[in-house]
This record gives sequence, structure tokens and C-alpha cells, in this order.
Amino acid sequence: MRENQSIEAIEQEIVEEFSLFDSWDDKYEYIIDLGKKLAPLEDVHKKDENKVRGCQSTVWLVADYQEGKVMYKADSDAIIVKGLISMLIRVLSGQTPDAIINTRLDFINEIGMMGHLAQTRSNGLLAMVKQMKNYALAYKVKDASLNN
Amino acid sequence: MIEPAIIETSFDVYAIRQQFPVLNREVKGKPLVYFDNAATTQKPQVVIDALVNYYTGYNANIHRGIHTLAEEATAAFEATRDAIKEFVNAESREQIIFTKGTTEGINLVAQTWGRQNIQAGDEIIISNMEHHSNIVPWYILCQEKGAVLKVIPISDEGELDMEAFEKLLSPKTKLVSVVHVSNALGTINPVKTIIEKAHQVGALALVDGAQSTVHLDIDVQALGCDFFVFSSHKLYGPTGMGALYGKKDILEAMPVYQGGGEMIKEVYFDNIIYNDLPYKYEAGTPNIADAIAFKSALDFTKGIGKENIRQHENELLAYATAQLEAIPGLRIIGQAKQKISVISFVIDNVHPQDIGILLDNRGIAVRTGNHCAQPLMDRLCIRGTTRASFAMYNTKEEVDVLIAGLQKAIKLLA
Ligand SMILES: Cc1ncc(COP(=O)(O)O)c(C=O)c1O
Repeated sequence: MRENQSIEAIEQEIVEEFSLFDSWDDKYEYIIDLGKKLAPLEDVHKKDENKVRGCQSTVWLVADYQEGKVMYKADSDAIIVKGLISMLIRVLSGQTPDAIINTRLDFINEIGMMGHLAQTRSNGLLAMVKQMKNYALAYKVKDASLNN
Repeated sequence: MIEPAIIETSFDVYAIRQQFPVLNREVKGKPLVYFDNAATTQKPQVVIDALVNYYTGYNANIHRGIHTLAEEATAAFEATRDAIKEFVNAESREQIIFTKGTTEGINLVAQTWGRQNIQAGDEIIISNMEHHSNIVPWYILCQEKGAVLKVIPISDEGELDMEAFEKLLSPKTKLVSVVHVSNALGTINPVKTIIEKAHQVGALALVDGAQSTVHLDIDVQALGCDFFVFSSHKLYGPTGMGALYGKKDILEAMPVYQGGGEMIKEVYFDNIIYNDLPYKYEAGTPNIADAIAFKSALDFTKGIGKENIRQHENELLAYATAQLEAIPGLRIIGQAKQKISVISFVIDNVHPQDIGILLDNRGIAVRTGNHCAQPLMDRLCIRGTTRASFAMYNTKEEVDVLIAGLQKAIKLLA
């Protein structure tokens, strides 16, 4: 079952999928496809406070907390960024705050996307990872205060 | 054996390409196609050599030393000033001030002339197509002084609305600061007319020549501008180097910009006598190596001939424009009648960033985004464009690679 998979296991899955591609053309085709398939965010969520500020493309991110797991939804006006977001959601959505806060997301490096992430840094993708972790941290703090 | 030099009588783009080492490299396994020349141009070997020769042969601080190296370095540094004077046809070498580039030139004028002359209620006119470098310094000055920033509107084609400009002019206008050639649209603005109109109401005129100096012949005397600023790196020269031209009486009357180094003549704790032009505005040890190499870039361009370069670039522009227009859903932004070799475009339902990433994946360098001209993008109701800008070393074959890359990208993204 998907929900029981650890972050590392999902990352491993993605790395294996990417190892099948011979060229960057194929990798991009796949990422663009992921972007197209990611469910668009409802317009009500596309407001300023949900924006992860970037220079070229806009990313919107919202989070929800259900039974100890963080659920994310996100969208972007640029499709490649959206594809990358789709992978981040696949890895992080449905995980516990602790797992999210502590992960290093090594898969980004292993699939060779690091240069591309860095390139789009100003467009909010690394900011997006940070924002996802911030949500996790906020839920963890909330949990702790409820348990006290 | 050294082959006798072959003297090129006509423009040979393949011979020119040989002189730009970076054009031999590959990007993502494909030959580099560099179409981001409006951001910065590549450097010919002579410019790279000039930098290396300075550091390996005669590195020394200038103007102060009496030793041989200092004299050689000073001579080379000052030779660039002469070359710039000629390049823009200034009246005298004293009127050429070395700066870090266009941005510093504009800030220098805002912080010296502006601080001295602008008062509450005064008006400064810029245009809707300015680079942030020609907006922010004036915004800061206006905030500080309680002055008003007025903006010349533009048409949908990307041309200045000259009638509206004339209506903005009044005795309150103290300065008109406009871009000669738009970096985002390629529009060539009628700066001579703008300068004349500004002078008629007693205002000064500054021309941002960042994009024009590499394409057009510049004659500051014929233009009649009070200030002209530009950058070396957009002219095949090094980064961090540029020049400000100013009318002599205005430069002489302006207060100093930064203090220290070559800008003073005599210093006492209760009195300081500032140096004469141009040194008055050149504080500290300047960017000596890059200034020296800048001359090599100017000489190189002159050797090939601006007219030849312009003709070649215009051919590329026409060739690329025709092919781009044939792509369904593609719209060229900036349809001015007078244009240089910059093409900005948008594609229906496709984000420029996606285009930029996919083109880079094929070794093609373009610029995407708002091109540091956010108010222009807002005016045109677009979030940004993809921009291809051509230089002397670009070829029609490269344009073909761009078009093929674009078609592939659109197919993937659609
Ligand atoms: C029209 C225009 N003005 C000003 C600048 C700023 O030039 P620099 O960064 O060399 O100071 C640029 C550079 O992009 C430009 O295109």
C-alpha cells in the first residue's frame, strides 16, 4: 500500500523509473507528462498567501493535516515546475511531520535534476521544499502543544 | 610556421566565430547556440588576451607610480578613455568617466546632479519601457526629494507615445531619462527628438545606451544629450566596466560622487580640493584590467565595421522574424518600425520558463522572464517573454536550430 511506503522507498522508485531514460529529452517528456497529470489546484487556493514567491513562474502550495500525516496540494503556471512538484508531492504527501522534516530528498540529486533545480531556484522550487518542511514543522509543533 | 594574415575585406561570420573561443563549446552535448546577447555578449580572444597580458605583463596601480609598470598601465588605461571618446564622438576626453556600467552611470547622475538640482515638486520623466536600472535610481531620488516621476506611455506595438510625451513636458520637468534601445522589445527610440523637446522646457536629457552602443553609431554631439551611459560587457568587452559621458559644464558643476583616491587633489582636515575632470568622479583604484581590455573590444568592433555588423544582424532579425511568425500560436512582442536585433515572443498557453529550459536542453541560450522591465510587462499584460537577441557571430543555421528546438518544445508542452 502506498500510504505505508517510506520516503526513501518512494524516492528509490523514482530513481529506478528515471534510470530507464536514455536522454534528457525523455526525462523532460516524462516530467512534462507528470505536470499535465497533476490535478490543478482549485481557484480558491490560488491566492497570494499560498504563493511560494519566485521570479519567473508562480507556485501555489497548500497543506492539510489528517491523522498524523501531512497532505499537500500544489500547482504552478509553468509545466516543468509542475512536473517537479508532482514528484515532491508523491514523495512527501502522506508522510509524518518528523519524516518530512528530516528527509534530505537525495533522489533529486540521483535523477540528475539538481542542476535543473538550482537553475530554477529563483523560481521557487527549492523554496517550495522549504515551505513543505515548514508546514510539517508547524503541524509537529501543534501536535506537541495539544499533547501537553 | 606562421601563416600570413588573411585580410578580410567582407564580413565573414565563420571567420569571426573563430575568434570567440566560447562558441566552440558544447552545452548538454550539443553545440552552443548563444542567443542571449542583449544580456551580455561573448568575448573575442583579443579581449581575453588583453586581460591576461595586463596581469602577466604590467600589472600596476595607475596614475601614482613613477615606475615603468605604472606608466605602462596608466597609458593603457587612459588609451581606453580616448577610444571611448572617439567611439561616442565626445568633445573631449575629460568628459568620459569610467563606471562599473550603465547602472552605475545612472546612479552617479542621480546621486550627484540629481541631489543638487532636484527639489520638491520637480518632475523627472522616464518611459514605460525602461530597464529597472533607469527606474529605481530616479524613484529613490524622487522619494528623497519629494519630486514626481512621470512615465511616457507606449503603444501596443512597443513605441513611445510622443504626443503624450509632449503633454508631460512642462517647466517643472528637470530631467528626461530614456532608453535608446529597449532591451526587451528591440525598439529604437527617437532620442534626438526627445532630447530637443526636453531642452525646449529647460530640462536635461540622459540616454541609457546599454543596448544601443553595440548596434548603432553613437554621436553624443549630434544627439545633443547631456548624459549618455553604457556598459562594456554588452559590447564584446569585460563585465564591471562602462562609461558615462556628460556635457562638460554640467560635469564640472556637479558635486562629487564617492570620496577617496584619485578624485582629490589636496586633502586637509578642514579643506579638500577635488581633482579635475574626469578624475573627480573616479574614486579609488579603478577596474584597470577591464578598462584596458575594453579598448580591445572597441578596436575589434571597429575593425569589423559597425555597418557590416548591423547588416548581418538585420538579416538574422528578418530571417528569424519570418520563421517565428510562421509558428502557430506564437506572437512577437515589440513590433516597432525601428528595431534592432532583439526578438521577444510569447506562445499561447506556454510558459516562457518551460521554453527556456527545453531550449537549454538543446544547447540554445535564450532569456526568459520580465527582462528587468517589470512595468513594461505589466503594461503589455504579459508575465514575461522568451527573448532571442543576436550578435555579430550568430548565423542563420543557428536560427534554424532555434526554430527546430522551439517546434519540438511546443509539441512537448502543448
Ligand atoms: C536598457 C538597459 N539599461 C540598463 C542595463 C543595465 O546594464 P548594467 O547591468 O551593465 O549596468 C541594461 C542591461 O541589461 C539594459 O539592457
